[in-house]
Amino acid sequence: MIEVYFMAIRDFIAQPWPWYVAGPLLALVMFVLLYFGHEFGISENFRLMCAADGADNMNEFFKIDWRSGEWNLLVALGAVFGGYLASHYFIGSNGDLAHISDVTIASLNEININVTKGAVPLVPEFLSWKALLTWQGLLMIGGGGFLVGFGARYAGGCTSGHAISGLSALQVPSLFAVIGFFMGGLLVINFVIPYLF
Amino acid sequence: MRMSRYILIGILLGFILYKSEAVSWFRIYEMFRFQSFHMFGIIGSAIISGIIIVQIIKRRKIKNQEGQEIVIKDKAKTYPRYIIGGFIFGCGWAIAGACPAPMFILLGAGHTVFIVYLIAAMTGTFVYGLLRKRIPH
Repeated sequence: MIEVYFMAIRDFIAQPWPWYVAGPLLALVMFVLLYFGHEFGISENFRLMCAADGADNMNEFFKIDWRSGEWNLLVALGAVFGGYLASHYFIGSNGDLAHISDVTIASLNEININVTKGAVPLVPEFLSWKALLTWQGLLMIGGGGFLVGFGARYAGGCTSGHAISGLSALQVPSLFAVIGFFMGGLLVINFVIPYLF
Repeated sequence: MRMSRYILIGILLGFILYKSEAVSWFRIYEMFRFQSFHMFGIIGSAIISGIIIVQIIKRRKIKNQEGQEIVIKDKAKTYPRYIIGGFIFGCGWAIAGACPAPMFILLGAGHTVFIVYLIAAMTGTFVYGLLRKRIPH
């Protein structure tokens, strides 16, 4: 009998989560971290990892006590576990799909990314080890990662630190950062992505 | 254990971004093409809920678990770093289709190629540390 309830809960969680569930829950994550005395910001982990790997002896930007950021590294580790659990035990009824709009599917097909409605995978095949051997794959994964790591520290935060925490606290600098995010994103989507496929 | 709560918060974060498809390259592409409300709904409702939470914290002087009032530090008001740094971040976000939190989540979901993204992001952060004094903030 009790398994029936467990399965019902599992199926409930396994559905795609609508935006109005995800957004307020992200704010809850931010609040719980504030309650524990910390500010939500995932990209700071890259700096902590650099410091922990010995960069603290090479440059004063990394002369930080990375152990004081242990809480943040644990949030990142938890996110890894969360990704494992969600993708192994809470798979949607048709697999893990990206339910993107018809307009998006049409515009992807126009630039030679072939996807069909109802069968768009969550993670595209061009983000894989095999694709990494092509210059496009290397640019997207390696180049993208580099720009994210460089830009996040330059701007002093990423989506969690600026778009969510910063704008929630009505920080004007965060608004400038988010405007920067979109200027960069629009440039790449319109003038780089179409030439990679 | 005191630290296990942060792992639980991370697991919740992982579920939120995985199940809402915010970890998907396709969703990020769709957002930057303004072709769906989904991602704007996630970020927008997070911000609106966050503004309400922060206002309640400030007005009711809510204390953290150590009994001190919660204070959110103001960010330094110099603008070039936010625009230029944000622009570079946005380029990376759009091309890889993942910002830092989704990268950790996708690693856990078995997309191990994101270890390359993680190493590249650490390299980017390290290079920023080296150049920090020579670039405008």
